[in-house]
Amino acid sequence: MSSNTSTSTNATATPSAALKEWPLWEVFVRSKQGLEHKHCGSLHASDAQHALQMARDVYTRRQEGVSIWVVQSASIAASQPDDKAEFFEPSGDKVYRHPTFYEIPDAVGHM
Amino acid sequence: MTSALPTDYLLHLADNALVLGQRNAEWCGHGPALEEDIALSNNSLDLIGQARLLYQAAAAQIGGGASEDSLAYFRDVPDFKNYTLLELPHNAPLASTSASDRDFATTVVRNFLFSAWMVLVWDRLQQCEHPELAAIAAKSVKEVRYHLRHSRDWLLRLGDGTTESQARVQAAVNHLMPYTQEFWSHSVYETQAAQVTGLDTLSLRIDWDQIVAAALSEATLTRPAAGGFVTTGKQGLHSEHLGFLLAEMQSLTRAHPEAVW
Repeated sequence: MSSNTSTSTNATATPSAALKEWPLWEVFVRSKQGLEHKHCGSLHASDAQHALQMARDVYTRRQEGVSIWVVQSASIAASQPDDKAEFFEPSGDKVYRHPTFYEIPDAVGHM
Repeated sequence: MTSALPTDYLLHLADNALVLGQRNAEWCGHGPALEEDIALSNNSLDLIGQARLLYQAAAAQIGGGASEDSLAYFRDVPDFKNYTLLELPHNAPLASTSASDRDFATTVVRNFLFSAWMVLVWDRLQQCEHPELAAIAAKSVKEVRYHLRHSRDWLLRLGDGTTESQARVQAAVNHLMPYTQEFWSHSVYETQAAQVTGLDTLSLRIDWDQIVAAALSEATLTRPAAGGFVTTGKQGLHSEHLGFLLAEMQSLTRAHPEAVW
């Protein structure tokens, strides 16, 4: 981040080096007990422990979370944008798959 | 409240937090990576938050219009009672005083040495008989535990890292370790405070030594021999660096007293 302004002559860990050498991690934060972890962003870190601490500092400094997961971005297999037509569009006209025809008893609570 | 704490003791704790908070804030916008930049700013904001609470407690004892702002911004070098360790610039030993020449290893080692100490101090003070100080300690110990974890983690990575990172962090350890002797040097106000808090700082030395020895060993670093000059910042006798730090920190408030936004 300091690449434009830094006047340091002895900084070897330049931001660009860090970005090249440190793998990318995806960060998931659980905002409160009982809710699921939600993806909230990504960051560069040298290993899992480092990534957890970085995530704590970057993504939970405004009390956003009670739990953090990090996973290396390279470990995630993602669907391809080009597959959109065959992956997702066939479900577009199957409204009967939404359970909107049932009344949910109050006792069930949050679903 | 059982009995009064010496105001100088509250100022000592507050000045420690404020001066190191100000120093670490010099990394804001200049961190080695975006994430670390934010981490160091978080660290500073924790420390400045601790300083505010402690200055408020001190101001209440002083009375007569004293406030957290008057204590932070309108006292001069001889009034400050922070450890000399905390006012040193971030550059490596024997470097100039230029604030732009920051050495991350120096930052990491100082934060480690001080956090390891304050974890012990706050942990004891949160059980003390002075309710306000105990409450501040209970809040601060959680923050400082994270500062210790963060700085210790970097100490290990740099120490057990490349040849260059190891050499630099070892140089920082050699440079800063002698300043830690001030943690145990005598002061009148600490002795008086101990009668209220029950905290004898000398008794924490063994625990601190163990934390430091374990981390240095794990980081494949060597602990330099103790000894040499014992600094006197907490008595108000500082290095030449504190004046520059205060000048920068206080200039706005002194140019525009009582300015708000």
